[in-house]
Amino acid sequence: MAVLVVAEHDNASVKDATNKVVAAAAAIGGDVDVLVAGSNAGGAAAAAAKIAGVRKVLHADGAPFAAQLAEALEALIVPLMANYDAVLFPASTTGKNAAPRVAAKLDVMQISGVSAIEAPDTFVRPIYAGNAMLTVKSKDAKKVLTVLPTAFKAAADTGSAQVEAVAAPAGPFKSAFVSDEIAALERPELTAAKRVVSGGRALGSSEEFHRVLEPLADKLGAAIGASRAAVDAGYAPNDFQVGQTGKMVAPELYVAIGISGAIQHLAGMKDSKVIVAINKDEEAPIFQIADFGLVGDYRVLVPQLLEELGKAGV
Amino acid sequence: MKIIVPVKRVLDYNLKVRVKGDGSGVDLANMKMSMNPFDEIAVEEAVRMKEGGGGHSPGSATEIIAVSIGPDQAQETLRTALAMGADRGILVKAEGEVEPLAVAKLLKAICDAEKPGLVILGKQAIDDDSSQTGQMLAALLDWPQATFASKIALNGAKANVTREVDGGLQTIAVDLPAIVTTDLRLNEPRYASLPNIMKAKKKPIDVKTPADLGVDVSPRLAVVKVADPPKRKGGVKVKTAAELVAGLKAAGVI
Repeated sequence: MAVLVVAEHDNASVKDATNKVVAAAAAIGGDVDVLVAGSNAGGAAAAAAKIAGVRKVLHADGAPFAAQLAEALEALIVPLMANYDAVLFPASTTGKNAAPRVAAKLDVMQISGVSAIEAPDTFVRPIYAGNAMLTVKSKDAKKVLTVLPTAFKAAADTGSAQVEAVAAPAGPFKSAFVSDEIAALERPELTAAKRVVSGGRALGSSEEFHRVLEPLADKLGAAIGASRAAVDAGYAPNDFQVGQTGKMVAPELYVAIGISGAIQHLAGMKDSKVIVAINKDEEAPIFQIADFGLVGDYRVLVPQLLEELGKAGV
Repeated sequence: MKIIVPVKRVLDYNLKVRVKGDGSGVDLANMKMSMNPFDEIAVEEAVRMKEGGGGHSPGSATEIIAVSIGPDQAQETLRTALAMGADRGILVKAEGEVEPLAVAKLLKAICDAEKPGLVILGKQAIDDDSSQTGQMLAALLDWPQATFASKIALNGAKANVTREVDGGLQTIAVDLPAIVTTDLRLNEPRYASLPNIMKAKKKPIDVKTPADLGVDVSPRLAVVKVADPPKRKGGVKVKTAAELVAGLKAAGVI
């Protein structure tokens, strides 16, 4: 049994999600190799080699991987699968984009967003925005999975695997990178942050969203998230969205401000260790899952919270 | 350019999901079913390409074919797409769960016959949340893909598509024919008007079976069980910010 993990990385280093997917691969069993497909990604390959439990790192370097285009990833990964029984991708936008292409080419029914591994062929995943948990057994000879990183504990960086170069497919491919607008991150990345402060529609405007959340996020060293309602209303960009159709987060501390707690939002954050909810509607569903609920006007409570955090030396 | 828009009939997004007592699935009996919301966005984008709107020149699309795979009742979902502006429908009749891989194979067979310039799909269905069908179809056809689209600009033999990715936006150019899957911000779908709903009743729907298309749709995954998610113990309220901070300290998160 051999399992291939497709690394999430920024060429210089691997993201924490990669360590978590390696942990999921270890739960399947057998040898675990990590594939780093990037452009000048030597740093990321070296970082992947340090993840505990990794047998070897495959490093493919080429311009088409700079933008992680699905067509190029498919061309690279499908032939590699002759040597593997399973391939695991993080359920990031990159993983979700590429994995089904690989699965279709292998004639395998992919299992998306795996949150637990019960056996090498049996997996648990949330469906209906996390309102139900589905356990499925795959009859396919090979397995193609996307894994919810938040559901697994990251493998430590205590390994020392060999890095092996693999040839990058030459192309040409039928898609090409044009441009990107990646927001400069002044704060921790949402899916990797230990603390998240999120705002909902109750904040009423984009200005208010930033005015209220930023000082608290700064104080806590937290990432900023938003409910879909806040994103739809234009208060926050889409990549802030936490929920079924946005990002899945599981920080140590999640502070929800003015978020009522629609099912689709809860699906994205209910695995957080401690949830705080601040909302003026005491009937809001968010309170049912919050470890600490504070009923009242956020305009009064958030400044008080900042003050109390200051007093507590945070 | 011909456009194919696959549409899925799913449990209405406003309804509460109830897991069946025997753990075999989610209770859909006598529940309101609607078009998957992301598929509505796909239909809307195609209609704008035909009518002009959303930055598209009128006539960018010449014909819009809505396709649904499901039971007889999926015809209702097709009628909704026709009322929004699709020209004709194809129903591939199949009972029970049809997995994304099988759906992609059925759609490939339809694309082979219809030769569209673009297939626009929802980025995921809100029932199984798989987010696979578009990408699988692209692979089977060996077409390029642009998933999670928030903007599509048709540009001759290519389309420039802006994608919602982790951390921001990415714009890629894909050669046509291509597959695009829709994200929330691509557009705001219209409500069908009553006259258009009436007109939609006269639009043709072709009914096929998986066998007609030469596709084996038997599932690859066996459902072991469907269960309620673990309940989170919450519901504790504190009265003041000071009490909250004390609680957070005690919990060791600050």
